[in-house]
Amino acid sequence: MNADHALITAPHLDAPDDFYEALIDAHRGLDAAQSQALNARLVLLLANHIGSFAVLREALKAARDSA
Amino acid sequence: MDTAVVNATVDYQSMVFPYRRSPDQDSAAPVRHPVVVVGAGPVGLSLAIDLAQRGQRVVLLDNDDRLSTGSRAICFAKRTLEIFDRLGVGERMVAKGVSWNLGRVFFHDQQVYEFDLLPEHGHERPAFINLQQYYVEGYLAERAAELPLIELRWKHKVVGVETRADHARLSVETPDGTYRVDADWLIACDGSRSSVRQLIGQETHGRTFKDRFLIADVRMAADFPAERWFWFDPPFHPGQSVLLHRQPDGVWRIDFQLGWDANPDEEKKPEHIVPRVKALLAASSNPALRNAEFTLEWASVYTFSCLRMDAFRHGRVLFAGDSAHGVSPFGARGANSGVQDAENLAWKLSAVLQGTASDTLLDSYAAEREYAADENILNSTRATDFITPKSEISRIFRDAVLQLSRDHAFARTLVNSGRLSMPATLRGSALNTPDRDAFAGRMVPGAPAVDAPLRSADGRAAWLLHQLGDGFTLLLGAGPDAARIADELRAAAQGLASLTVLTLGAQGSDAAWIDAEGCVAQRYDLQPGSAVLLRPDQHVCARWRRPDGDALRAALRRSLALS
Repeated sequence: MNADHALITAPHLDAPDDFYEALIDAHRGLDAAQSQALNARLVLLLANHIGSFAVLREALKAARDSA
Repeated sequence: MDTAVVNATVDYQSMVFPYRRSPDQDSAAPVRHPVVVVGAGPVGLSLAIDLAQRGQRVVLLDNDDRLSTGSRAICFAKRTLEIFDRLGVGERMVAKGVSWNLGRVFFHDQQVYEFDLLPEHGHERPAFINLQQYYVEGYLAERAAELPLIELRWKHKVVGVETRADHARLSVETPDGTYRVDADWLIACDGSRSSVRQLIGQETHGRTFKDRFLIADVRMAADFPAERWFWFDPPFHPGQSVLLHRQPDGVWRIDFQLGWDANPDEEKKPEHIVPRVKALLAASSNPALRNAEFTLEWASVYTFSCLRMDAFRHGRVLFAGDSAHGVSPFGARGANSGVQDAENLAWKLSAVLQGTASDTLLDSYAAEREYAADENILNSTRATDFITPKSEISRIFRDAVLQLSRDHAFARTLVNSGRLSMPATLRGSALNTPDRDAFAGRMVPGAPAVDAPLRSADGRAAWLLHQLGDGFTLLLGAGPDAARIADELRAAAQGLASLTVLTLGAQGSDAAWIDAEGCVAQRYDLQPGSAVLLRPDQHVCARWRRPDGDALRAALRRSLALS
């Protein structure tokens, strides 16, 4: 598979702990419904950033397979 | 209210078309006709007119003696208008209709998005007109009455169909009793509850959506722009969607989503509709609208399905329009795709009747229009899933898209209040000659021709689509040898198909048609010496950088299913 069209699952975050903390912080004070809505907006923003439908399809599959 | 203007128009809603006894009813043996079309709606009338214009005799049967009850299909798309132009009624439809290109989408009380359906200049027809279905049917019926080859029989209801190897035998019920008639070809354009479909034991398959919608047509004198307004979850109708459209004669179409639990009989009552309309008007920022007086014209509560027949051809019986396929109303893909079915079928059936094509050409009607139906159903189903989310998470994502769309352009591409009717590009059709040369642009084999502004050699302004012939048309990019090549190609088509050759070139060339704004060159990638072959229904079927007689003949044979 072309490297531009493969889901990156190797470590890629430049500040993993900072990101994780920020992610949890973003949900502070929100109830379950508000958190779910925020997650939905986040997924959509990140999906647009990725752009490639092939990568997104891989990500959807990986997310589902890890349950 | 301006009642004088309203009264000055012909009242197509109350028009009655008298039953007439046909000589067929007095014949001992069933009279045989080459073509019987069932259903004088937009699809059956379009088909009959197209066939008659091609010299074919048509008997058109309708079980009723009136036009459409209520406005029903109101959005007629650019491609449909171009077909109506060919049928001689386009100008009338556009003159009467409300032209629009702009749609606005609101979430809660804010506009989140607007879209222009025709962002490009250089097209004669607008993206859409809104026009009540009874006008469309009325104008088509009046056009049909001008054509002596069409015999339109009102109050002739098909109650029996026997299919035979080379014809179909119909039983037709009239106020004078039942008679039988034979048809070499029977075309069912008799709507979603098609009698013909049931009578030959066929059915449609698909999904029915668990939701209900109220359509209300209200008449009011309000100065409101000719745009499509769509609200998701507005304060005046919480939790549901609302669609507002302007029609001619000061009539406004409002669709209220009601949800599955709504009681259709109750919701149809004026005492329930009037407060809903008042709430919509009261929420307007326009003071004239807030206080507008209105009267209720027509209302209906509907559910909808996305479904189709597995096959649109059953031997000598063919299906077109809602009898063959059904979609939700949100993309205006019902009547529009039906008229496109009719246009696809008319030239093919005519070629079969003339003996210039074998009847396998009609298999391509089924294949192409089944493909188009699938595309329409896909678009319509996706829009419906956005408007009527089927699960909690689906609603969460829908609302997330709408929230993001206020601030972020990317999210607006995900907002789906209906992907509005576009004609299908018949990419995989067996009638297409695959490209052997490289071409840019969207006019790939299978694409419906797009319009472009032209100028005649003597400086007259014209439109490309009006110059296309009734048969095949070859667009030829004018080059040094254009006249000789045109003659050679015309000669090559002799005995195979009727071919119109249009030479097109830039300002200063000796072409018959000047591509004054360069739109043909750009849209068709038509360089000097290149050629694009269009079928009689104006779909591209082949193109070459250096056309020659052999290639043209092979492409024509392929398009007529002769090879």
